[in-house]
Amino acid sequence: MAVEELPLAKAINAGLRKAMTDNDKVLLMGEDIGTLGGVFRVTEGIKAEFGDKRVLDTPLAESGIVGTAIGLALRGYRPVCEIQFDGFVYPAFNQITTQLAKLTNRGRGTLTMPVVIRIPYGAHIGAIEHHMESPEAYFAHTAGLRVVSPSTPNDAYWMIQESIESNDPVIFFEPKSRYWPKGPVDLDASASPLHASRVARTGTDATLVGHGAMVTMMLQAAELAASEGVSLEVIDLRSISPIDYAPILDSVTKTGRLVVCQEAAGFVSVGSEIAATVAEKAFYSLQAPVIRVSSFDVPVPAPRIEQLFLPDVDRILEAVDRSLAY
Amino acid sequence: MTTPPPAVQFLATDGSFAPSAGSDEYLPYIEALSDEQHEQFYRDMAVIRRFDTECTNLQRQGQMALWPPSHGQEAAQVGSARATRRQDHIFPSYREHVVAKIRGVDIMGIVELMRGTTLGGWDVNDPKNGNFHGYTLVLGTQTLHATGYGMGINFDGAVGTGNPNTDTAVIVYFGDGSTSEGDVNEAMVFAASYQTPTVFFLQNNQWAISVPVSTQAKVPLYLRPRGFGIPSVQVDGNDVLASYAVSAKHLDDARNGLGPSYIEAQTYRIGAHTTSDDPTRYQNDEQLAYWVARDPILRFEAFLKYKGASEAFFADVEQEASDFAADIRRRTLELPNPTIDNLFDHVYSEPHPLITEQKAWLANYEASFGGDK
Repeated sequence: MAVEELPLAKAINAGLRKAMTDNDKVLLMGEDIGTLGGVFRVTEGIKAEFGDKRVLDTPLAESGIVGTAIGLALRGYRPVCEIQFDGFVYPAFNQITTQLAKLTNRGRGTLTMPVVIRIPYGAHIGAIEHHMESPEAYFAHTAGLRVVSPSTPNDAYWMIQESIESNDPVIFFEPKSRYWPKGPVDLDASASPLHASRVARTGTDATLVGHGAMVTMMLQAAELAASEGVSLEVIDLRSISPIDYAPILDSVTKTGRLVVCQEAAGFVSVGSEIAATVAEKAFYSLQAPVIRVSSFDVPVPAPRIEQLFLPDVDRILEAVDRSLAY
Repeated sequence: MTTPPPAVQFLATDGSFAPSAGSDEYLPYIEALSDEQHEQFYRDMAVIRRFDTECTNLQRQGQMALWPPSHGQEAAQVGSARATRRQDHIFPSYREHVVAKIRGVDIMGIVELMRGTTLGGWDVNDPKNGNFHGYTLVLGTQTLHATGYGMGINFDGAVGTGNPNTDTAVIVYFGDGSTSEGDVNEAMVFAASYQTPTVFFLQNNQWAISVPVSTQAKVPLYLRPRGFGIPSVQVDGNDVLASYAVSAKHLDDARNGLGPSYIEAQTYRIGAHTTSDDPTRYQNDEQLAYWVARDPILRFEAFLKYKGASEAFFADVEQEASDFAADIRRRTLELPNPTIDNLFDHVYSEPHPLITEQKAWLANYEASFGGDK
């Protein structure tokens, strides 16, 4: 079994290369992704290997990138678009929500839209405005899109390939604060399907659910809790649309307590959706109200005070304490 | 500012053959047309006008949610559509009814959309539909799809090989209001950058619902693409011969690998934007009278009569138009209402648990009332 230690960014790079090698209809497009390799170097070296017809340094226009990707998909290509930063996706929002998401339904099954939109997202990198957002709820709310977010290099390697293989559009959120730490990548086999959630740590007293960079934080919280005799189960969502509820409901049935963790603001969020669904489907198992740990419902602040805005290990443990107090 | 050349025109308002200055390069396309093609152009325009009237009536009778008529714009659409070749791709806005028909689409698909039984009417991948893509209601978005499609044609090497049966062009339709949308401008940036085989076909019908084109642009719109590095031309859009010849030339250029171009067809929306509109609130009588006098069908009828077309021909077209409209009316009233399947089955192309769960819930809920509903 071939296992390599790779940072998440390099794992995506390797996954992209694999997909491009396997299928010559796969092409990459975005701002600065070719010669420079992207501002996070996720696509480093790919243009040199595959050429400028497979890796397009596009004009600087996000709607143009997604709109032309739709046209390329209609021609039989499988474009993978990079949006440079989370907060820069909005110029493309119209093309994503009114066209990309809707064409399959509009075509009554005669069209597929195999387009992947990669979006580096989230905070903890000390960046200025528009560079630290978590906008996944906008996309999860839109019928016709699939939304995923890997938290480990192994998932990143496989999920990018599975997203490219999907005949539906996939919004692929990359937790940018996790780009650099290394982890094992099994180059032989995928651990689970694209839309499966994953039990990242087993426990018995309460369940933590989250995605992306939050998974690392939840695991740290679980480790600290264990040192105080509290056993937390941690579930990595991996997929935000659809959400694989079975492992979550199984876990809540076992623990009776759920804390949903997310970097996004809490109002009308993915965490709210999970809380509502668990309340509907596992009501008799719950020993405490579902608690959300989120950012505040204010604009993502200047980086010098991001630590006040963002949930952290302590806020997760504070929520666990409240849950256990019931 | 230098005075721009006049729009390319071959037929004067009275239907006499009077090529405008600067139309020479397009003349060979006109000279190659046969009498049968002339008659086909007329037939296309007359039948679709009758269809438009029928659909407007159906809407007034409560049988359609909405109807966007193309009355007045028939020559721009017929000329450009007849200039396409089989392998070309067409990206419409939502008013190109006759283009759809010419490309082979059963335009009951448009009726289904506007009656409100579907969100999309035909399968673009079915060869009988002539590569006519779906109607697009969010203005200008289709210009980017057309440009991306053209990028794919370039990557496939399907331009500039010299084979007239495989070299492929894309024509995209949009209106004067859409020219203000960011997407149309981004499409021109991408088309120029990637030298896509895209023909941008602007139907300037002078109105974006109620707002005149002078609000969208302070220069003639065909001058705008030149700043993007895209050659452009203005054509009398109510002259079907001019529309045909200019489109044929620019589609040839696109297929030959010469990159994108832009055609502004000057025309006029004689009727309402859609049946929900009331043009008497903003159109003025003088302007309307000016354009009614330039009616594309009357002009071409006069031309055909100069050339000796028979009364029998016009009577035959009249009969065909009438039969076509009657058939549309009959089939419209027979259209079935959509079912639960239409709601859920094509949101995703692969299974999605939430959709599966909701479809099952609704089916059970509906069944709980018992019997057929």
